[in-house]
Amino acid sequence: MKRRVVITGMGVVSPLGNDVETYWNNLKNGRSGIRKIERFDTTGLATTIAGLVEDFNPEDFIDKKEARKMDVFVQYAVGAAYQAMKQAGLEITEENATRIGVYIGSGIGGIGTLCEQYDVLKEKGPRRVSPFFVPMIIGDMASGQVSILLGARGPNSSPISACATGTNSIGDAFKIIERGAADAMLCGGAEAAVYPLTIAGFNSAKAMATIYNDSPEISSRPFDKDRDGFVLSEGAGVLLLEELEHAKQRGAQILAEVVGYGMSGDAYHLTAPAPEGEGGARAMKHALDDAGIQPEQVAYVNAHGTATMGDVLETQAIKSVYGEHAYKLAVSSTKSMTGHMLGAAGAIEAIACVEAMRHSILPPTINLDNPDEGCDLDYVPNQAREANIDYCMSNSFGFGGHNASIVLKKYTE
Amino acid sequence: MSAEIMERVKNIVVDRLGVEASDVTLEASFKEDLGADSLDVVELVMELEDEFDMEISDEDAEKINTVGDVVTYIASHK
Repeated sequence: MKRRVVITGMGVVSPLGNDVETYWNNLKNGRSGIRKIERFDTTGLATTIAGLVEDFNPEDFIDKKEARKMDVFVQYAVGAAYQAMKQAGLEITEENATRIGVYIGSGIGGIGTLCEQYDVLKEKGPRRVSPFFVPMIIGDMASGQVSILLGARGPNSSPISACATGTNSIGDAFKIIERGAADAMLCGGAEAAVYPLTIAGFNSAKAMATIYNDSPEISSRPFDKDRDGFVLSEGAGVLLLEELEHAKQRGAQILAEVVGYGMSGDAYHLTAPAPEGEGGARAMKHALDDAGIQPEQVAYVNAHGTATMGDVLETQAIKSVYGEHAYKLAVSSTKSMTGHMLGAAGAIEAIACVEAMRHSILPPTINLDNPDEGCDLDYVPNQAREANIDYCMSNSFGFGGHNASIVLKKYTE
Repeated sequence: MSAEIMERVKNIVVDRLGVEASDVTLEASFKEDLGADSLDVVELVMELEDEFDMEISDEDAEKINTVGDVVTYIASHK
């Protein structure tokens, strides 16, 4: 009998709010978190909009001295992790510390600090580069810092799989608990990559929307004929996963269950998904097999849906996995509202799935006015709607050909 | 001279190490009393070099233990 793994805490830092409740209310009301970038000069950039975290103060969680030694992506992770721990009500003690781990990834890591310190190197010389430079930029530091702050001494690492990072983090943490190596894991993803260098790079790769700079709220248009690429965004999502009996013994509120995880590699191209979404389809199939359920049992798929060419391929992949049922289940891309949080996307979307199941509401795909040819599923266009969801799937695919899918289940005894 | 140096050092230490100004005495040890680790001390030395427009060699920096050490060093090297 496999150990069962449940979710008992969640935390969010996002362009749609810095707590789960605000985030979910904005999702179900179809609000866009995309804004004009005003925190730096965007002159010369092809894209001047992004999903931006606002009113987040790391000092709500940690003191200023600690916050100063963290890149922004780590600060976001810390904020989300504290929220998840608070909701879960799990106290870390000398007795349980080695059984509680942290697994929070980032797609890009501390690129803001990297840019800033490279300027210091050029302008002031090597002796002025901060001693905190390296421990601020490395992508594993969300897991490192969160474990230090909380005293969680169990399994600790950080997956890096670009835009699949958040889903890989949850899936890997799920397996760590399932196989008995920990009783609880804080997992998820964090990203703070809205900087001129990143935008310039994504623009050069022709991956990002450039034609909606004057109307940011309609810029992220997954599955729509007039989509123009993804919209960069930032934030963090962290979930506390816990072995079922461990959660029950301490009387924790159980939000949902994690039941399946699948992953695959495209072995095809740096940035383009494999033809017909073949790799993505295998990840979905593995996740369903791992959950031990039939495709017909899934009511909702939170798609990767970035508003790129990949939307058609993901649709093909869903059809190949779900067959006729693909036309009965609901598929939506909440990136239409959040933008693409890269390494944090999978985590924040898993949280959307949990809230969807808890509230029996399908979050919509906004800005879906004219579905593209080949995008012929029910994408819950523009309006949230009520639906009972017993099982749902969340997909994430990353540059490099990483594909990850998880299956979540409404919790029942 | 020393009092003025002490005031400027104190401001930097309070800002960087997040301690109370009243804790920053001449006798206070950076590591033992003010909660600094070795990376904090390296960063602090950089700040002091900028603030007082001087260079503190790695060899001298390693000898710094207390706030008083810093004030004495700066006073004698300015």
